[in-house]
Amino acid sequence: MIQVLDGGLSTTIQDLGRPGYYHVGIPLSGAADIEACTIANWLVRNEADAAVLEGTLLGPKLQFHADTAIAVTGADVEVKVNDTVHPMWEQLKIKKGDVVSFGYPKKGARIYIAVAGGIDAPLVLGSRSTYLAGGIGGLSGRRLKEGDSLSTVQQQGAPTAATHGAPAEQLRDGSSPTLLRVVSGLFSYRLTDRSLDAFYNDEWKVTNESDRMGYRFSGGRKIEFAPRPIPPFGAGSDPSNIVDAGYPYGSIQIPGGIEPIILHRDAVSGGGYATIGAVISADMDKIAQLQPNAKVRFQMVSMEEALEARKARKHRLDTLRDHIKRPV
Amino acid sequence: MTMVSEYSFGGDEHLFVKISESMSIQAFAKALTIAERLKAKNIDGVTEICPANASLLVRFDPDVIAPEKIKSITEEIDGTLSGTATNIDTRFITIPVFFNDPWTTATAQKFRDRRQEPDLSDIEFAAKSHNMASVDEFIHRYSAAPWIVTMVGFVAGLPFCYQLVPNSEQIQLPKYLRPRTDTPKLTIAHGGCFCSYYSVRGAGGYQMLGISPAPIFEADSKLTYFQDSMIFFKPGDIIKYRPISQKEYERLADEANKGTLQLDIKNVTFSIEKFMNDPSQPNLAIEEK
Repeated sequence: MIQVLDGGLSTTIQDLGRPGYYHVGIPLSGAADIEACTIANWLVRNEADAAVLEGTLLGPKLQFHADTAIAVTGADVEVKVNDTVHPMWEQLKIKKGDVVSFGYPKKGARIYIAVAGGIDAPLVLGSRSTYLAGGIGGLSGRRLKEGDSLSTVQQQGAPTAATHGAPAEQLRDGSSPTLLRVVSGLFSYRLTDRSLDAFYNDEWKVTNESDRMGYRFSGGRKIEFAPRPIPPFGAGSDPSNIVDAGYPYGSIQIPGGIEPIILHRDAVSGGGYATIGAVISADMDKIAQLQPNAKVRFQMVSMEEALEARKARKHRLDTLRDHIKRPV
Repeated sequence: MTMVSEYSFGGDEHLFVKISESMSIQAFAKALTIAERLKAKNIDGVTEICPANASLLVRFDPDVIAPEKIKSITEEIDGTLSGTATNIDTRFITIPVFFNDPWTTATAQKFRDRRQEPDLSDIEFAAKSHNMASVDEFIHRYSAAPWIVTMVGFVAGLPFCYQLVPNSEQIQLPKYLRPRTDTPKLTIAHGGCFCSYYSVRGAGGYQMLGISPAPIFEADSKLTYFQDSMIFFKPGDIIKYRPISQKEYERLADEANKGTLQLDIKNVTFSIEKFMNDPSQPNLAIEEK
């Protein structure tokens, strides 16, 4: 059993998500940084899709009531077991009674805490992921709070075989400004050429109104939509309005031309604003680690480049898995 | 009317099919039919098929199916559909609504600086902008003709509905100038030409008209109409609103809490062809089975 002594700012149970229900408005959810979640699981010899804890900025404080192994990945934080600092990206042995706590991220925004055996929660539509807006999954569809207790799917107590730590040079590059690659399309023709250029040339900053549903950006030039004499029937009068349509994960919309919003794992599944493209799958994890005020640039890429980047990410992760899980 | 779809990719995992730039029942029917035929093909690597008002979103795993491949399969289905009118086998559901209720009115007041006419309630604004003499006239117009669910989404289980009347008679309202951060759960609201029924409490930009006692998204519900799914509405469902008093609202809300609330649900066939021939008589296009 794991006792929650402090829930932190926004800590939820997440796995790799809940596909298949987007057509009724239930998003994937799942770890915002899938790579970090996957590595944390491998480090404690879980399958990649075991449920973990995702902490945001201020992590939780946890007390373990059985011997176990954990791993902490994601944002760069100080990990303390009782009063001793321990490394991230490695398996940590935990003794019954140990208290684990986390510092504020020096870099990045979300940490992942994997526990040997995987965090337990009822499967809702096939997943343990928390979907906050819908109040389902995880722990009653909500954030962790003081007094909660968690259990693991597989009994704790049995020793977990050691693993190799993830080498820093094989982790994702975290340089600033963060480069997000975008396949342009969807309703991008609604922008003026000048504004399309501005979007891809200007430097943008993450605003405070950013969460698992969407990340919002400011700091670039105002975006103008191409004028239209009569709006299409049912679209609404603002030039950024469309007849409500599905929103891809990673899609970028700019309501009123003011602040671009990128939809993330808890995306709203559709709405009435023109989307101008979507961030490629290989760069979605990077968004999860953006702190408020972090700088971002957007780069237009082709489908071929997007697929190349996806392949490169998969290759890097396969190499990491083989390294981590190789017998010690 | 021939509609030529436009295809585009959303990143490397989505195909977006824009059936039409403007809303029409034909565009919706086409989106729904393509979605159903794609689903029936059970294509490996396709993880989500989401029909919307006048478009379709498909999510796929490009490691399993190449983007161009899923595009060509969808185009092929699309190509066989032009000119075909469709019958939809669906449900006809009567939804009780307490229009002009105190809760959504209070919420509108709280966000008055984000609205077109801060001194009117949303429903008063809706009546005025359609040159109606009273809110009652608006309520009558809203509940006289049925609505068809043309999209489910935004948040879990929220339906977007299109009224089955000629385009010239569609109610059209602007959305809030800036979206609200709060909307009561089960609010009935209107934006553009669409009615929405807020499944959960949360942000929103549609003009609020009333509130229903009937939950439409509930995990582990005791209500019998949730027996198939925690999400009640499906695209194609037809809804008719029945105005109720505060007293009846309170009684039905209490039944909903106890898990005994029943909804009037009939199985029907909706003929799009008949409706298109005479949109002023939608009831002639709906046949009980």
